[in-house]
Amino acid sequence: MIEINNLHKSYKMGSNSLHVLKGLNFSIKEGELVAIMGSSGSGKSTLLNILGMLDEADSGEYTLDGVPIKNLNETKAAKYRNKFLGFIFQSFNLINYKSAMENVALPLYYQKVPRKQREEKAIKYLSQVGLKEWAHHLPNELSGGQKQRVAIARAMAAEPKVLLADEPTGALDSKTSYEVMDLIQNINDQGNTILVVTHEEDIAHMCKRIVHLKDGVIVEDKTVDQVRASQYV
Amino acid sequence: MFNKDRWKEILEVLTSNWFRTVLTAFGVFWGIFILIVLLSAGKGLENGIMKDFGDIATNTMFMWSRATTKAHKGLPKGRSFLFKTEDVSSIKEQVPNLRFISPRNQLGGFGDANNVVRGLRTGAYNVYGDYPEIIKQDPMSITQGRFLNYSDIEEKRKIAVIGDGVKTGLYDKDEDVLGTYIKIQGVNFMVVGVYKKKSNGGDGEEGQKQIFVPFTSFSQAFNRGNDVGWMAITAKDGTSITSIKNQIMDVVKENHKVHPEDQRAVGHFDLYEQFNRVQSLFGALRFVAYFVGILVLLSGVIGVSNIMLIVVKERTKEIGIRRALGEDPWSIKIQILIESIFLTIISGMAGISFGALVIYLINTLLDMNGPVDMFANPSVSLGVVIAALLILIVSGLLAGFIPAQSAIKIKPIEALRTE
Repeated sequence: MIEINNLHKSYKMGSNSLHVLKGLNFSIKEGELVAIMGSSGSGKSTLLNILGMLDEADSGEYTLDGVPIKNLNETKAAKYRNKFLGFIFQSFNLINYKSAMENVALPLYYQKVPRKQREEKAIKYLSQVGLKEWAHHLPNELSGGQKQRVAIARAMAAEPKVLLADEPTGALDSKTSYEVMDLIQNINDQGNTILVVTHEEDIAHMCKRIVHLKDGVIVEDKTVDQVRASQYV
Repeated sequence: MFNKDRWKEILEVLTSNWFRTVLTAFGVFWGIFILIVLLSAGKGLENGIMKDFGDIATNTMFMWSRATTKAHKGLPKGRSFLFKTEDVSSIKEQVPNLRFISPRNQLGGFGDANNVVRGLRTGAYNVYGDYPEIIKQDPMSITQGRFLNYSDIEEKRKIAVIGDGVKTGLYDKDEDVLGTYIKIQGVNFMVVGVYKKKSNGGDGEEGQKQIFVPFTSFSQAFNRGNDVGWMAITAKDGTSITSIKNQIMDVVKENHKVHPEDQRAVGHFDLYEQFNRVQSLFGALRFVAYFVGILVLLSGVIGVSNIMLIVVKERTKEIGIRRALGEDPWSIKIQILIESIFLTIISGMAGISFGALVIYLINTLLDMNGPVDMFANPSVSLGVVIAALLILIVSGLLAGFIPAQSAIKIKPIEALRTE
């Protein structure tokens, strides 16, 4: 599903150049649930941004579902993001003045799905994350966990190839963290490919594979026995 | 562009900060209001002055003879001469594109002694010897009877067409006028018609106190021979009288052995030139109105642009999220542009409506208090309103352009980073 070959990325900081990613190679197959771990500054967010087409690598190859991702203009990148990727952010990033349902329907709006269908689909995904009754509430009327579940529903609404989660539990307490991870595991069980960036060990062990980044290189890449989050809930 | 979601969003954004939106809109509102009011005030002035010109054929000149100021062909300077009826035919022959040439003679005038008698009543009126065409150069409406015709000219009938003012002066209120006789300087004329002129400014009263008699009868009755006092000459539409007046004057100078360079021997008044001068004044007024109005509008537009920039800044994160979710940058750009155009047009419409209301109130006031000198019926044409709307759309586009550009410059990754 995701293929990365010799990926380099550096940032210019004034006169210095900061080499963040130093030649990464790895691949993710369909249906995997991968955790990317590393301390801050290890380059994990940069990697996620490149995978999410929010940022571009300096050199190296990136193939997503057989499509080479390079030299994208903004219009094309937006189209690919919409079609291939679902984002889950640490700070949820819901749009404040839109209801939960409208937030979930947003990616479908960009696909020009007719309103009626859009709303049906949004309700469907909201009920999948257990928030059907909250569909018409604004984000600030929801708890942190609920917000993240809305965000997950939104990420899934466009039925993307890959879900990218950037510290999905970073802003949540451990109980709601586990609830969210349970949801992510369930989605993965349905066959979706998911990438989770985290620095929490317990969260990482709820995935099936852990990639450890340190100073811009992969130091460890192992499959683990998945800990089911449902046992904590 | 016209889907429901987009408009819903525009309204959400604009209403999220009511006070700011209204303040911003006020700039545009005021600009278009000033533009409309200035233009209509200019129009009011124009209407007022045009009313003073009345219905007179404006492509007209008046010409009369004066003393020569140069010796020519053995004749001394300071010599007086009079136009003759022959001059009329030679002008007709030699100068093309003329519509009417009316030779005129006149008795009486402002401040003259009484010259018209009917029974026990007398009055001082202007009496003109005229050809029938004069009614087309100096329009009047015939309220009773008829105007002069060519049979009157040929048969030198002693008939008269009197003004409404003459009628009130010489007749009782319900008296039958047609067929009665009035005595003009001792000569009886039968009244065959009554005219009424549209009142034009201060001359309105005077205009109703005139008597028209056939040119030929006038000459015979008052011993004018073939003299012509003055002429009213109208050119055909499409040829300005100003462009051919020298040609006309050359003909009469030649006929009367006046030096061709003698500028003062033939006096004239070029109505068309005056009319044009006034017209160009209105042009200048319109220019000033547009200039001031558009500048005021411009400052309003800059305000809109400024606020849109702030809105974009405020929504940086939201725009980032949308981009991450896959919104086309063009869609964002269009969104910002529509917001800006929408705001400008709505406030502009309000400005136009308010301006129209003010104009309406001024009109009602004018109607209530009677006519005012040189100002009448201020108004803006539909064309001006459409032009104002076009200006608004263009300025909305301009106002939105920079903010829209800065909105799509936001990189989603940077936008998401801002907390």
